[in-house]
Amino acid sequence: MATGIRDKVAILGMGCCRFGERWEAMAEDLMVEAFQEALQDAGIEKKEIQAAWLGSHIDEINVGKGGLPLASTLKLPFRPVTRVENYCATGTEAFRGACYAVASGAYDICLALGAEKLKDTGYGGLPGGAAFGQLNRLIAPNATAPGLFAQLATSYFAKYEIDPALGKKALAHISAKSHANGAMNPKAHLHRAVTEEEIIKAPMIAYPLGLFDCCGVSDGSAAAIVTTPEIARSLGKKDPVLVKGLAIAVSSGEEAIYTNWDGAHLETTYRAGQMAFQEAGIKNPRREISMMEVHDCFSITELTVYEDLQISPRGRAIEDIRNGFYDLKGQVPCQTDGGLKCFGHPIGASGLRMLYEMYSQLLERWPEERRVKSPKIGLTHNLGGIPSNNVCSVAIIGR
Amino acid sequence: MAGIVSFGAYVPRYRLKRMSIFQSMGWLNPATIMLSQGEKAVANSDEDSLTMATAAGLDCLGSIDRSAVDALFYASTTMPYLERQNAGIIATALNLREDVRSADFSGALKAGTSALISALEAVGSKNVRRALVCAGDCRLGMMGSPQEMIFGDGAAAFLIGEKDVIAEFKCSSSLTCDFVDHYRGSKTPFDRQWEDRWIRDLGFDEFIPKVIRNLLQKCNLKLSDFQKLIFQCQYDGERKTLTKKLNMDPARIQDPLQGVIGETGTAHSLIMLVKALEEAKPGDKLLVVSFGSGCDALFFEVTEKIKEIKGNLGVQGHLSNRTELTSYQKYAVFRGMVPVDLGLRAEEDFWTRWSLVWRKRKAIFGLVGSKCKKCGTPQYPPQRICVNPACGAIDEMDDYPFSDKKGRILSYTGDMLAASSDPPEMYGSVQFDGGGRCMMNFTDCTLNDLKVGMPVSLSFRLKYYDPKRDIHGYFW
Repeated sequence: MATGIRDKVAILGMGCCRFGERWEAMAEDLMVEAFQEALQDAGIEKKEIQAAWLGSHIDEINVGKGGLPLASTLKLPFRPVTRVENYCATGTEAFRGACYAVASGAYDICLALGAEKLKDTGYGGLPGGAAFGQLNRLIAPNATAPGLFAQLATSYFAKYEIDPALGKKALAHISAKSHANGAMNPKAHLHRAVTEEEIIKAPMIAYPLGLFDCCGVSDGSAAAIVTTPEIARSLGKKDPVLVKGLAIAVSSGEEAIYTNWDGAHLETTYRAGQMAFQEAGIKNPRREISMMEVHDCFSITELTVYEDLQISPRGRAIEDIRNGFYDLKGQVPCQTDGGLKCFGHPIGASGLRMLYEMYSQLLERWPEERRVKSPKIGLTHNLGGIPSNNVCSVAIIGR
Repeated sequence: MAGIVSFGAYVPRYRLKRMSIFQSMGWLNPATIMLSQGEKAVANSDEDSLTMATAAGLDCLGSIDRSAVDALFYASTTMPYLERQNAGIIATALNLREDVRSADFSGALKAGTSALISALEAVGSKNVRRALVCAGDCRLGMMGSPQEMIFGDGAAAFLIGEKDVIAEFKCSSSLTCDFVDHYRGSKTPFDRQWEDRWIRDLGFDEFIPKVIRNLLQKCNLKLSDFQKLIFQCQYDGERKTLTKKLNMDPARIQDPLQGVIGETGTAHSLIMLVKALEEAKPGDKLLVVSFGSGCDALFFEVTEKIKEIKGNLGVQGHLSNRTELTSYQKYAVFRGMVPVDLGLRAEEDFWTRWSLVWRKRKAIFGLVGSKCKKCGTPQYPPQRICVNPACGAIDEMDDYPFSDKKGRILSYTGDMLAASSDPPEMYGSVQFDGGGRCMMNFTDCTLNDLKVGMPVSLSFRLKYYDPKRDIHGYFW
């Protein structure tokens, strides 16, 4: 009988580079920054890392395939390095690989590192390509990520009979809250607080999503060094941050081509949430989750995720949003570092960047102004692909 | 006796007022004011002669059993491919049998009637039972040219057979003349023509009466025996001159639709024939004459069965589905006449992998999905393992065509980020009546038109053009 990952793995150290339009830096430079910080935080030497997982999503404009980019950049001497890719869950997937390796007893100390260089495309947004396979290039619409996620909003508004203007106002609050958080974060890409009015008036990108409903596009890298709780304690981490649950749910085609999905929620998020809550022993997520970093690739994604993770009741996220439930000083602060909204979404790095924020909050490392008050449990969530066909990861860590 | 079993047409939804062309380009060629009356039908940015011919074919076939079609002939002077049979793409889109006979008819504007004669004779010879003829054109005149004023885009289709004939084919006569009133080489998209007065006085004025005379002699009839004379002639004045010269009652001359569609090349005499059939009654004798590198003349006699024809949109139905294209610049961009900045995103290279295209041709061009034999769930793209979570049957699928299904919008967006020659790019999820869903592009609409739950139907369109490899890719 499987016993799950709960409390079997401790985070020994984490690092995160400054995200942004790092015109001066190669992805490899960002990897070094994140790694250096993680190594220092862990208080170990490089040679103690026994195995590593590299997360990177886009081959063409990034570091390339395989484990080589990590091993050769960090000069890890002949260690097993595995490259993983699982859409926007890539960073979390790297973390998962490292955690399971430790939990299995195969290794004592493992590294998970994600990196992505997005700003070498020459244009805004994510590059297109064959992400959904060659057949889909011939039959799928000429779509971009904002347009694919915008449909969540048109369906959600239609399903719950929400006036699009009111819906847009709620979405604006989501983005405004993240911008306010990001403005305090020196590692964020976007540092400007934005008003709801500015957000609503911004140019339309994909109806009904405007410019500020979309996350930034940035370069970045983040890393985690994991070990067993026993080793962590022996290395001086008295009360280490532990992994409570790790879940991935992948669409089986049901939402995209079967007829039972309403188009107004993310089924994989609901499923992954259920698995992770069970593993972590969480019965009432609304009360037990202290804070979250969810996949706010677009404001509407964040809105439906509130419901899919059962923090807000179905169809009622807007009430919580209006009441400031997810604001920094609300009951379940969300995107405490500014989220993808302000960090952008260097795909391979995002999941680890989120974990870095939850980990740092759990250790109460941030200055008072952006600190969550004595958090116990942090949740991270990634969603990659499109609302009807995607990969979702949920990670729960706590002390 | 061989004849027309069914007819269909396609006129694109966009209409461009000729005065708006003049307002944009009249400065260059002020004499085009003479041609600035009315409007012309113009293909959308995702349409070309092949998609329009396919649409006419779909309109013509309606609910008629497609497996009974033995031959498909496609006529156009603006086919997307010089090498790769264009009719083959249409045959796959229409989900015709693999052992269908097919051919592309091109070169002359009379290629449409030539294809029609070939189909009638093929059926007459009993080698094929039913033959489908699709003709479509999307010709370009240079910016500011008289042709730009005259030409319109459209398509027509006829199903030819021996049973259930609505118009019997009686006889035909042809002329072949290397009369270069206009021409287009293989390396230019634009039509060039010689002097109008010569075309009028030596072309239309001589050839049309000659081919009619030959046909009348052949079938031993007088022109006055015909209820309708349908002839292709782009000059208003010359049509009147010919009417007088042939001693025809102007009421018996078929309206050339010049003021609402424009001159549609190989499809033109056929579009006029469709219009004539829409207005015909049993016993009517129709004489159709095409013009271009000579002439074809065909004589049809309408039967009682014409009363049973229903459901086709035809010319009339398509004419009423109209919206004005208010910008000449949009027209010029849609037709690729001027280079525009679609952004770097548009420059991403995309290989068309022909072995994959062949393998999945039915799914891509035919929109054929699968339907589970165990639980009855329709699914697109076709699956081997049933997507119904309560079923999951393996390799228990029948082919299931979606192209004739109606659907409803489940979600939609208008995307300004996607590279598009007509932003916003509109797309969303479609829930098909009877089951199945698919995310698709929306076309021939504006973002304001879209609503969750609104009904949609399918249209075969140009999906992409690869300028590096000169590939036209199609989908629904």
